Amino acid sequence: MIRIHDVNIKLGQFQLSNIEMTVKEHEFFVLMGPTGAGKTVLLEAIAGLIPVTDGTIAIGGRDVTQLAPEKRKVGIVYQDYCLFPHLTVQENITFGAKYHSIDKARARARFDRLVELLDLSHLLQRLPENLSGGENQRIALARALMVAPEVLLLDEPLSALDPRFREEIRHGLKELHANSNITFLMVTHDFAEALSLADRAAVMNEGQIRQTGSVNEIFQKPQSTFVADFVGMKNLFPVKFHNTRAHTEGLEFELERTPANSRGFVAIRPEDIVLSREQFVSSMRNVFTGTIRRITDMGLYYEVAVEIKATMFTAIVTKRSLFELNLREGLTVNLAFKTTAVHDF
Amino acid sequence: MFKKELFFWVTISSGLVILAFILVPLVEMMTAPSLEMLTKTFNDKDVMRSIWLSIYTAGLAALISFVFGTPFAYLLARTDFVGKRLVESIIDLPIVIPHPVVGIAILSVAGKNHWIGQIFHELGIRIMGSVTGIVTVLVFVGLPFYVNAAKNGFEAISPRLENVSRSLGASIFSTFFRITFPLAWRSMLIGIIMCSARAISEFGAVVIVAYHPMIAPVMLYERFEGYGLKYSQPVAVWLVSICLILFLILRVLTLRNRKDI
Repeated sequence: MIRIHDVNIKLGQFQLSNIEMTVKEHEFFVLMGPTGAGKTVLLEAIAGLIPVTDGTIAIGGRDVTQLAPEKRKVGIVYQDYCLFPHLTVQENITFGAKYHSIDKARARARFDRLVELLDLSHLLQRLPENLSGGENQRIALARALMVAPEVLLLDEPLSALDPRFREEIRHGLKELHANSNITFLMVTHDFAEALSLADRAAVMNEGQIRQTGSVNEIFQKPQSTFVADFVGMKNLFPVKFHNTRAHTEGLEFELERTPANSRGFVAIRPEDIVLSREQFVSSMRNVFTGTIRRITDMGLYYEVAVEIKATMFTAIVTKRSLFELNLREGLTVNLAFKTTAVHDF
Repeated sequence: MFKKELFFWVTISSGLVILAFILVPLVEMMTAPSLEMLTKTFNDKDVMRSIWLSIYTAGLAALISFVFGTPFAYLLARTDFVGKRLVESIIDLPIVIPHPVVGIAILSVAGKNHWIGQIFHELGIRIMGSVTGIVTVLVFVGLPFYVNAAKNGFEAISPRLENVSRSLGASIFSTFFRITFPLAWRSMLIGIIMCSARAISEFGAVVIVAYHPMIAPVMLYERFEGYGLKYSQPVAVWLVSICLILFLILRVLTLRNRKDI
């Protein structure tokens, strides 16, 4: 368990302020945020590599704020692996063993289990420099887990990998977490990674935590425009609420419920918006007509920008429906979404 | 790229001029003395003593630079503090100060009318005209080369490697000896070579602090003054040859070990 209470860190121009965060025992927790949000700084502070200006950090109920990194029982795995280049794979994995009084038989058993679990047996005598990114990251994981830390910190462990290794390591992480009682805290700027791995998450920006909660909650119910934008709610409008209606620049949205406040924001995911050239025959309450302004090829799907009374909506359509509907720029289309797709805050 | 253009020939010819400028005098000097002269000089006890004194004092200077310079170089590589630029400039000062000035400066604190000189005198340490004095001067002029090389070596190692090592349970000391040192030792060795090479070539500062015991450059100067060019050349040949052989051995050792890493 990690409990961070009112932590402030000053690091030159950069600053983390009032960090409040709790990671439960054996949880897979993800720390998200754009580059430069301060995620790595917070991670290194937990590991004891960066001193905190004030506040406390406790791990497993033990206050470690003033403790040296080697006494915290916190493992760290970096994006760029950070394997020791002058040591063989085996020497890398067993590097920390001598600092932890584990008896030889247990150490051996743990080593064998990690080597098997991470499929490293054929690499043990090699030096890290000529191995692939995926292999390097597996070695880094084995090395960190070899000393059985209470907490494993992962700093964007998948970002530097090719997509095919990424999948493999992601799967490996999930398995390692399920097979141990270690608390995982992973930093990422990729929301999809968080969704597939984590139980709970926090979103950081500019040195502050913006929202903490279950991954689904953050995904479905962002509490700020920043988080909404970060989790991909591209349709984000400032509105005035009136009963179950929200008004913005001549548009009116129907909501599922009555919001508590009179002003705020609504956010709608692009994938929740349906486009059609015919009149909608459905129960959807939010139906508008607009003009297609831009169609962007995103590889696997298309992003369609539709202008309705000076408000721009973004919808996602598959390649197939783009051609079936024969969508093109300048065309008039109907646009609809359910009341449940409208998130307000 | 820019082959066959005039510019290409300008670059080539200036390169040739520079190489000739360096090599012609050296080759001329190395080939001037006869074999007989060389043997005679080799058997001259004074000459050999001065060459060994040079090598020994330069080696000692490098060793002292290594012992004191390594922790300091590590500090400079790993931390940022107000005035760091200034500290780095101070380290570089001995490179830019004219050599005789170094000798004068060291004598100014080593004399009996300075409190440091008095302490030395009390302790029985003599700077003027002693091996201690020679080593002091050589450390002064050689230290920047070691500190800078070692600092560059440390800077090239990601601090994250040290972070990982510590998270695995290693203390700062263990981390330094198991991670930082094995990865930086090559730069440190280059620093030692540069430092001792600089030290062995020092004349101006040493001649002021200690004319006797005579290091090789001073001996060279004396032979030149007393007997002329012909008698100083063989000394130079032996000094250069022995130094080259020593540096070659060190280089070979480094190159061989690079393959291990």
